Amino acid sequence: MKVLNKKNIFTLIIIIAIYALVQLLLTTGTISSFYEITIATICINIILAVSLNLVTGFTGQFSLGHAGFMSIGAYAGALINMSMKSTSGFLAGILIGAIAAAIIGVLIGIPTLRLKGDYLAIATLGMAEIIRVVFLNMEITNGAAGLNGIPRFTNWTWLYLFTALTIVLINNFVRSSQGRACISIREDEIAAESMGINTTKYKVMAFAIGAAFAGVAGALYSSYFYFINPTMFGFQKSIDILVIVVFGGLGSITGSVIAAVLLAVITTMLQSFSSLRMIIYALLLVIIMLFRPQGLLGTKEVTDLFKFRRNEKVE
Amino acid sequence: MSLLTVEKLTKSFGGLTAVSNANMHIDKGELVGLIGPNGAGKTTFFNLLTGVYEPTSGSIKLDIDGEQTEIAGFKPNNVTKVGLARTFQNIRLFKDLSVLDNIRIAMHQNIDYRLPSALFRSNKYYEEEERLRKEAEELLDIFDLSHKKDEMAKNLPYGEQRHLEIVRAMATKPVLLLLDEPAAGMNPNETVHLTKTIAKIRDEFDLTVLLIEHDMSLVMKICERVYVLDYGTMIASGKPEEIKNNKRVIEAYLGEDV
Repeated sequence: MKVLNKKNIFTLIIIIAIYALVQLLLTTGTISSFYEITIATICINIILAVSLNLVTGFTGQFSLGHAGFMSIGAYAGALINMSMKSTSGFLAGILIGAIAAAIIGVLIGIPTLRLKGDYLAIATLGMAEIIRVVFLNMEITNGAAGLNGIPRFTNWTWLYLFTALTIVLINNFVRSSQGRACISIREDEIAAESMGINTTKYKVMAFAIGAAFAGVAGALYSSYFYFINPTMFGFQKSIDILVIVVFGGLGSITGSVIAAVLLAVITTMLQSFSSLRMIIYALLLVIIMLFRPQGLLGTKEVTDLFKFRRNEKVE
Repeated sequence: MSLLTVEKLTKSFGGLTAVSNANMHIDKGELVGLIGPNGAGKTTFFNLLTGVYEPTSGSIKLDIDGEQTEIAGFKPNNVTKVGLARTFQNIRLFKDLSVLDNIRIAMHQNIDYRLPSALFRSNKYYEEEERLRKEAEELLDIFDLSHKKDEMAKNLPYGEQRHLEIVRAMATKPVLLLLDEPAAGMNPNETVHLTKTIAKIRDEFDLTVLLIEHDMSLVMKICERVYVLDYGTMIASGKPEEIKNNKRVIEAYLGEDV
């Protein structure tokens, strides 16, 4: 098994170490239940941001419809979970939520991904609104009142597991030949085409993978917060996710992770300033974007910094 | 044996006929030049061959394993798949990616693992990625670019960027290489180097080459046959010496006698 190389084992150890550390802090009560919600938000935002980064940062397709895919996962997960109140029902909800979001992603992607830049953004925005309005008017989703009393199965362990899985799988994807094909579309679509890359196929592929993980995030969300309604998944939510991605750096997975953590921490810390909260938050974003328009990490990863150092030592 | 046969190829943009009834045939192993004054339709002709534009009428036949296959109207990625690779007049490298990645992207159609292998890193993924890296490095080695493999494409000097574009086209394993003004903007030294590279491609890779060029010395030196395009029509074809003395060609370039 070539998967068991030094680098991967090292990554696995880090993943387990982070889990153990937070789990320890939770059991000893160092992290209160108030901050537990922050941790859940961070995990869900990481899944959303990393998956949107695949579409917008790596493939270069500006999408404003990520909340739409999240809502598909949230509703699918919630409905299945409410009829099957068990862990297997919870997991089935996540799986079906992801698959449903991916299928809708393909259906939306094929017509809209012909568009570029601003036009694509507007089209995806419109599609997300359509999804929201559909949920608003369906009987099974209970319209504007939303779904209530969704059993809670999401806990730190599941959140962490799916967050880690998202990061690992999307990282694997962008470092594969298929992922490089997606990146080449961002760099120069005409050149990519003339290098034999079926640009439509890879754009739709990235879009579908991104949608699937947004669906996972949605299902986790609905099962953690007991309650969902269509207004939660509006335009504002898509923008929130986009802010994390741009803030962390378009094309940087670790950037998205760091940005999701930082923004959640800032929001939590600002909670005591209630009235000034949004102003300070917005101001911080403006200041950071002024000084680092490429985002915190640009297209680099945190691991690149270590690589750079190692190369220096050799020389 | 004819590798590429173009018959009565026409492309109109509204009222303007950019290429009209153009014929061309290229035999296997030939090095053919396509020249013509500015705006004659050379790049349009290239774009028709490579699927960027769909022809208004006419046919483009490529010999694929002994079978004449119509490729007019193919999408660019499928044209590349059947063995036509091109470079661009204004360099279109993947600027923010490394030299190695530029090559690996061009090799994408040769990989032999699918999405699940990529996501879950199967043994096949590791084997294929290693093969890909090795092949890419070998190719860069042949063209003296291997010492720059980790450098970003945009940081290469101009001549090397043009060079890399040719190598990238080679990485798709073409049977026919189309070069759109490879010497544009090069200094005389770089042009000499380019001439050597093109000769190397021909001899070592047994490739057929079609190039558009403005640099007449380059065309006359290396091309075995030359086609001349003017106002969208082929006005002459033949050996470089014949073309040099052709009355219509001189007229096209220098204008008619008053």
